[in-house]
Amino acid sequence: MASDQLSAVFGALADPTRRSILMRLTRGDATVGELCAPFAMSQPAISRHLKVLEEAGLISRSRISTRRLSHLEAAPLRAATSWLAAYRHYWETSYDQLDALLATMEDEA
Amino acid sequence: MTAIEIVAEPGVPQVLVTREFAAPASKLLRAHTDPDLLARWLGPEGLQLTVDVLEPRDGGRWRYTQTDAKGERFSFFGLYHGTPSTQGIVQTYEFDRQPGRVYLNAISFEERGERTVLRQNTVFQSVEDRDYYVRGGMEVGLRASLDRLDALVTGRQ
Repeated sequence: MASDQLSAVFGALADPTRRSILMRLTRGDATVGELCAPFAMSQPAISRHLKVLEEAGLISRSRISTRRLSHLEAAPLRAATSWLAAYRHYWETSYDQLDALLATMEDEA
Repeated sequence: MTAIEIVAEPGVPQVLVTREFAAPASKLLRAHTDPDLLARWLGPEGLQLTVDVLEPRDGGRWRYTQTDAKGERFSFFGLYHGTPSTQGIVQTYEFDRQPGRVYLNAISFEERGERTVLRQNTVFQSVEDRDYYVRGGMEVGLRASLDRLDALVTGRQ
C-alpha cells in the first residue's frame, strides 16, 4: 500500500467513533440512520465520519433505491494491521516531519 | 521525499531502519538532541510528544512522554552511551509499560555530499520484545482495537 494511503487509513482509524462504525459494519452493511443510532451524534456528523472512512478506502457506499448503504472494505484494514505497518507508519511520518524541520533550520555558525 | 527502508528478519531480535535526508549530519544531530526540535518531528499526528529530560552526553539521561487523544500517556527513557555526535547516537531504551525490557538503539549518520544517510540499528533481548515493539507498543490503545477489528474482518471472510 502506498505511504499516503496508509497515512489516510491510520488517520481514519485514530478516531474512536470511526472505529465503532467499522465494528458495526463487520456485522453487515448499514444506512447512515442505522450507524447513527448508537451515538449521541447528528446524522451530518456521522456522514462526515463516513466520508473520511470512504476517502481512506475503508468503506464503499452504494445506493439501493433511496437507501444509501455503507460497506466495509477489508483489504486496507488488513494492510494497516499487518505487523510492520504501524512501525513503518510511525517512522515514515516522523521522518517526513523531520525533513520539513531540517529545511527550516539555520546553518550552524 | 526519500523512501524509508525497514528490515526486520524473522527470528532475529533486531530492526534496521535506513533513511536519507537532504541535510548535513550536524543538523540531524541537533534535531535529535535539542528538546524543542525533537518534539517537533518525532511521532505521528495524534500523539503529543513532551521531552521530560534530555542530557546528550556520555551517561546522560533522556525521557519523553507521548500523550494520545484520550490523554493516555506512554513514556520512554534510557541513557546515552558515549556523547551523541555527528557520527551518531547510542542509547538504551525502556518503555514504562514494559519494565526491564531494555533495548539498545544505535543511530549512525553518514554524510554523502549534501545529503546524510541515517541508520537506526535497534537490538532487543528477544524476538518477543521486538515483535511487541514493532506491533506498536507506542499505540497500545489503537492496536488493541485494530486487532479486534482485524479478527472480525478475517473471521468474516
